[in-house]
Amino acid sequence: MSILNSKIPSGPLADKWTNHKASLRLVSPANRKKLDIIVVGTGLSGSGAASTLGEMGYNVKVFCYQDSPRRAHSVAAQGGINAAKNYKNDGDSIFRLFYDMIKGGDFRAREANVYRAAEVSNLVIDHYTALGVPFARDYGGLLDNRSFGGVQVSRTFYAKGQTGQQCLLGGYSALIRQVQAGTVTMYPRREMLDLVVVDGRARGIITRNLITGEIESHSAHAVVLATGGYGTIYYLSTLAINSNGSAAWKAHKRGAFFANPSFIQIHPTSIPVLNNYQSKLTLMSESLRNDGRVWVPKKKGDTRNPNDIPEDERDYYLERRYPAFGNLVPRDVASRAAKERCDSGYGVGPTGLSVYLDFRDAIQKQGRKAIEDKYGNLFEMYEKITGESPYETPMRIYPAGHYTMGGLWVDYNLMTTIPGLFAIGESNFSDHGANRLGASSLMQCAGDGYFILPYTIANYLADFIHEPRLSTDLPEFKHAISEVQDRIQRLLSVNGKEPVSDFHKRLGKIMWDYCGMVRNEQGLIKAMELITDLEAEFWKNVKVPGRSTEMNQELEKAGRVADYFELAKLLCADALNRKESCGAHFREESQTETGEAKRDDENFSYVAVWEYKGGGKDPQLHKEPLTFENVKLQERSYQ
Amino acid sequence: MKIYLKIWRQKSPKDKGRFEMYPLDGVSPEMSFLEMLDYLNKTLIKEGKEPVVFESDCREGICGTCGLYINGRPHGNLRKTTTCELYMREFADGETITVEPWRAGAFPVVKDLVVDRHAFEKIMQAGGFITVNAGAAPDANTIPIPRDSFDKAFEAATCIGCGACVAACKNASAMLFVAAKVSHLALLPQGKPEAARRAKAMVAKMDELGFGSCTNTGACEAECPKGISIANIARLNREFLKANLKE
Repeated sequence: MSILNSKIPSGPLADKWTNHKASLRLVSPANRKKLDIIVVGTGLSGSGAASTLGEMGYNVKVFCYQDSPRRAHSVAAQGGINAAKNYKNDGDSIFRLFYDMIKGGDFRAREANVYRAAEVSNLVIDHYTALGVPFARDYGGLLDNRSFGGVQVSRTFYAKGQTGQQCLLGGYSALIRQVQAGTVTMYPRREMLDLVVVDGRARGIITRNLITGEIESHSAHAVVLATGGYGTIYYLSTLAINSNGSAAWKAHKRGAFFANPSFIQIHPTSIPVLNNYQSKLTLMSESLRNDGRVWVPKKKGDTRNPNDIPEDERDYYLERRYPAFGNLVPRDVASRAAKERCDSGYGVGPTGLSVYLDFRDAIQKQGRKAIEDKYGNLFEMYEKITGESPYETPMRIYPAGHYTMGGLWVDYNLMTTIPGLFAIGESNFSDHGANRLGASSLMQCAGDGYFILPYTIANYLADFIHEPRLSTDLPEFKHAISEVQDRIQRLLSVNGKEPVSDFHKRLGKIMWDYCGMVRNEQGLIKAMELITDLEAEFWKNVKVPGRSTEMNQELEKAGRVADYFELAKLLCADALNRKESCGAHFREESQTETGEAKRDDENFSYVAVWEYKGGGKDPQLHKEPLTFENVKLQERSYQ
Repeated sequence: MKIYLKIWRQKSPKDKGRFEMYPLDGVSPEMSFLEMLDYLNKTLIKEGKEPVVFESDCREGICGTCGLYINGRPHGNLRKTTTCELYMREFADGETITVEPWRAGAFPVVKDLVVDRHAFEKIMQAGGFITVNAGAAPDANTIPIPRDSFDKAFEAATCIGCGACVAACKNASAMLFVAAKVSHLALLPQGKPEAARRAKAMVAKMDELGFGSCTNTGACEAECPKGISIANIARLNREFLKANLKE
């Protein structure tokens, strides 16, 4: 177990980060420009880290697959960003934000990391506001907050339904300022295809230029992954269609341990699947549950127009099951409750796989104008996609794969098990436990990028200020390049019959059915067999047209799906190992009499950390025990 | 439904390019426009042909990646809609649909329907930011912002950088894009100290990159998927004039 050193500082919880910062080593301004740092990904965490490191004077190289860093998938976050400002005077504090996150994560996150995320949250809001992010304001011109994600205070800052885009544009503007200043070099339209490890340290990456197909190598003194989550493993998810898990997976295969891979959040309020050709699911912000009421008909298979179903024939099942929180229960609880109703035959819509989210009462009470002010753009979006107006007819929603709490294992300094390789934002595992609360992802990503990593990476780099830049002619780079090229050739030479997206869709279905909202031992074992078979079929029958030396989107997708087969097996292994239910991970074998998740703190109060042992070999499990000194473990009840 | 797609194919920036016709059967009105193209590509791949290269990412109208010129209009004929938010129910059975990339000198075609919008990055680098380092910001509530200018700033800030304004303009002008960026920051107290330098630098860069001039046609506003108003162009002109008078 000694292999995992979380490096959590000693001392009282509230002083840990302050004391730790005081003990971290520094790099002097004169030395910073001699040090190269690679940042992969330009969402909130990546753009934050890159601009901040650039401002400090490091030599930063930034990579993204999009044509512009402003398009990273943080852009699509809707609802908001939390901070413990207590501007509403409703009793919020850093401790309360910390507590809500620990409890919301079902006691499977590290206390020290979560407390720190809450602690730096206020700095994030200050910084974004200074950058010109237009968070909502009241008539006095001061910042407004709303309640969000099943908590009892109003701490969520928001920018209508596009908080993600506005924060990302702020982060992007700071990033391009550094590009202009010459401290940051931007490499758009690049996909990271491998990590280069030299003498046990992360020293570079291999990328493919998505326009020319050229395989390039880049060296640095440290590498930061800010590559987001792997929710597209379900094929249909709320993520951008190009989001993928490949960078993290390559790092895993080079020695970075993967933590809690099966902890994936299924978001309760997405527009349901409408047709067989659907390429993604569109999220409807959780904020809608502040005013919308969730229900299904009391009668099975009721096909009446929802507006014709009288009040006493409606089952407001969240209000019925969870009177204290009602429609505002956390995401995992709301998702499972919707699935339960649909599986029992009460679902609505052509497929029976959706429930109503109804604004009738809110419109009656507050007036159409008030609802339009709050949710106008979301209602418009819904109408564009479905052709129905939520002002007239209840929305139909269903859960969809969304956010990965799991990710690369990092210590308190956000460093992975490979020295010099850091992971920030959604790509690491550390702050959300088994379930993420709404509006805490933007908060954590930005906190990691602006106010945590820049301190901790200096502590690592302080040892290497005399180390010259590394040549990419080293055998380690050459070797990685040839492996990358071999794999591309393998993908192109299969020359089978079936397009990549068909394989992806089939993999997604296996994962959704057996490793989605509800899991059991038998299903997970079956899933692993099905994935192994599908993977073998892929390498025999996939069709990747075109060449490697040109823009080739099918080739890009093929590489990502090939990685997903491997990651999918790890997800199942992790879900199989964890014989308890916690947060988003629900094992049928472990539930209370009323069907709620039943944790097993005695046996599973640990982070499951997986080590790659080579192709065809089982991964090795390491355990990082979780200790709780500042909160009392309790059943997470929302009744 | 069955449709006839007339699609621009171009192998590389140097290739001359040409239209090709693709009849497509089995299209469902519930498909999005991009899902219809996915379906076309799957069909082409199965026939051993090269799929059509087009770009998209979030597929929910916010990342600004997708941008197709459909039947002669950027993002098609629906107002305030990105290509990914367009559904096949808007088209008729048997219709011929023309699909082209953005056409503008400053946005060269990369391949088929993909263009290079790097020029927007260059304009942003020239001044599309507020100078503040991480850690230097005062408490967020230190500066109240009057509701009126805040609302206008927000409207300008909703620009997704897709480039439809440039594609819509007969002069391929980037004025609406630059105006949105300049307005967003100039209307906020935080952005005022650099307002003059920003307006001048961004306009100079826009001119240098070969975007055309604005002749107040208003096509950009009509085609903007976020409905950004040309009132912002008037504001840009004022900011630019003010900046030059200050010298």
